[in-house]
Amino acid sequence: MKILVAVKRVVDANVKVRLKADGSDVDVGAAKMSMNPFDENAVEAAVRLKEAGQASEIVAVSVGPAGAQDTLRHALAMGADRAILIDSGDVAIDALSSAKLLRQVAEREQPQLILLGKQAIDEDAAVVGPMLAALLNRPQAVAASQITVESADTLTVVREIEGGQQTVRVPLPAVVTADLRLNEPRYVKLPNLMQARKKPIETLTPEALGVTLSAHHRLLGVNEPPARAAGQRVNSVEELINRLRADTRVLP
Amino acid sequence: MKILLVAEHHQGQLRPATRHAVTAARQLGEQIDAVIAGADLSAVAAELATLAGINRVLQLDTAAQISPEQLAPALVNLAADYDVILAAAGTLSRDVLPRVAALLDVNMLPDLIRIESADTFVRPTYAGNVQARVQSLDARRVLSIRAPAFAATGTQAAAPIETRSFAADASQPHSSWLAEVQPHSDRPELTNARVVVSGGRALGSAEGFDTLLHPLASKLNAAIGASRAAVDEGFAPNEAQVGQTGVVVAPELYIAIGISGAVQHLAGMKDSGIVVAINSDPDAPIFQHADYSLVGDLFSVVPELTARL
Ligand SMILES: Cc1cc2nc3c(=O)[nH]c(=O)nc-3n(C[C@H](O)[C@H](O)[C@H](O)COP(=O)(O)OP(=O)(O)OC[C@H]3O[C@@H](n4cnc5c(N)ncnc54)[C@H](O)[C@@H]3O)c2cc1C
Repeated sequence: MKILVAVKRVVDANVKVRLKADGSDVDVGAAKMSMNPFDENAVEAAVRLKEAGQASEIVAVSVGPAGAQDTLRHALAMGADRAILIDSGDVAIDALSSAKLLRQVAEREQPQLILLGKQAIDEDAAVVGPMLAALLNRPQAVAASQITVESADTLTVVREIEGGQQTVRVPLPAVVTADLRLNEPRYVKLPNLMQARKKPIETLTPEALGVTLSAHHRLLGVNEPPARAAGQRVNSVEELINRLRADTRVLP
Repeated sequence: MKILLVAEHHQGQLRPATRHAVTAARQLGEQIDAVIAGADLSAVAAELATLAGINRVLQLDTAAQISPEQLAPALVNLAADYDVILAAAGTLSRDVLPRVAALLDVNMLPDLIRIESADTFVRPTYAGNVQARVQSLDARRVLSIRAPAFAATGTQAAAPIETRSFAADASQPHSSWLAEVQPHSDRPELTNARVVVSGGRALGSAEGFDTLLHPLASKLNAAIGASRAAVDEGFAPNEAQVGQTGVVVAPELYIAIGISGAVQHLAGMKDSGIVVAINSDPDAPIFQHADYSLVGDLFSVVPELTARL
């Protein structure tokens, strides 16, 4: 089974992003960038399938600026075999355009399984996976917390849904998006990074893939959410209850 | 502006979030049809017809667990008559609407918290640290809204219900439903509860949740939430996770117990009415997002709170 795994370069989860002074956009500036955490789960899942002898090759792909090479190196260090950068330049790309670019790569590579993170922690949209599945007319399993290969052409996937878990059978080829609970991504050690330097990264452009990017929406501006008014310390449980009785109608 | 509202139901009940999506739809226009798909729909379709603002209910009688792959093309067919396809953010909208958008060759704008005009919306990004104002340039718009950001619509005299034929395309590659685990609970649904009591890593064990949080939640008729750390440690079930990657809640009262207040957790609860934080560390970040802060050891504070209520 050949696996294509899509990874995105995002502002690191531990960085608190700042806004540009004119409020036009987020100021990514010199912020530390990392692989989107959910994509790490996707790569980890792919590598474990390969280690278990169930996957033959892992191709990592990223849509993004030239700097996304670092993200692909990380995927290679985790265990991907080769990588493809779709260099979309420094302009922000919307979800549909990303899905269209990934579709072209999928059609070229013909993977049995496409893995992605269920959402990217910058846009928090969680739409690229199912969009890609629709464009390829493939079945999907969104927010996977467990993937089991049942046979050469079938997976069983447990997915996180509202209020519980759902198990689905997914015929291959398919698209699966990873939840954080799918696995614990491995730490990349220096020797892995050194080895990853020898693995190939191919760079493609949207033009080379025959995709014309058109804008589907415009970012008019950004702001911080309104802050909660400063709260109060209460010194005892009794005081807390008195306050809540005065402020809410929900206490018995 | 014609709007197709995709209603969600579960175990024979209309999802409460659908009522909130109708309110969002009404901010966009008056011509609102609601579509509902599934098996044995008569009761939920009838309820849907009484939500104030719905002009017509379109009932698609499908197999009980219709796959997103098969439902999406049916919604795409219906979409031809509408300018907006809208649902509440939730399992159905995450599975199906991105497929619908891609098949319509439009982008999807999910998790809206404000509707400014027919084409301009606000949605949270970066774990809720940023609010982005976006203008859709697509002729047809596929949207989902966060239920807590919109009030629930009221009721009306029932709108007409029309049954639309649905033939699943068996040649369409699709996933098949095998099983579902939905722990039964006598408590209110987490996403819809007026009070949420959430526990963090400091609870120390599943037993901690059982012996400390559950009695408090019972007194308050509250749903139980948890931080990711508490879920990862196995103290609480996955579906209780509140945050960027879990559930987003905005109850009238949210009580965070032994939770530090990481941005990813705040993303799921910061729009709650009143926030109470109980934490032994006076510098815990959660206190900056709480209306009432109680510094103390949860193992003594929580039993006392439960006893005094
Ligand atoms: C991509 C990504 C997504 C994430 N998504 C989510 C999400 O959806 N939801 C989420 O919650 N987290 C999420 N996280 C994790 C988040 O960053 C934090 O790690 C997590 O919220 C911490 O949980 P906690 O507050 O329970 O634990 P901790 O941070 O360990 O805090 C425990 C708190 O308990 C207090 N305490 C200890 N003992 C006591 C006592 N006896 N009495 C009272 N207080 C005590 C401590 O002072 C501390 O503040 C995500 C992280 C990433 C990277």
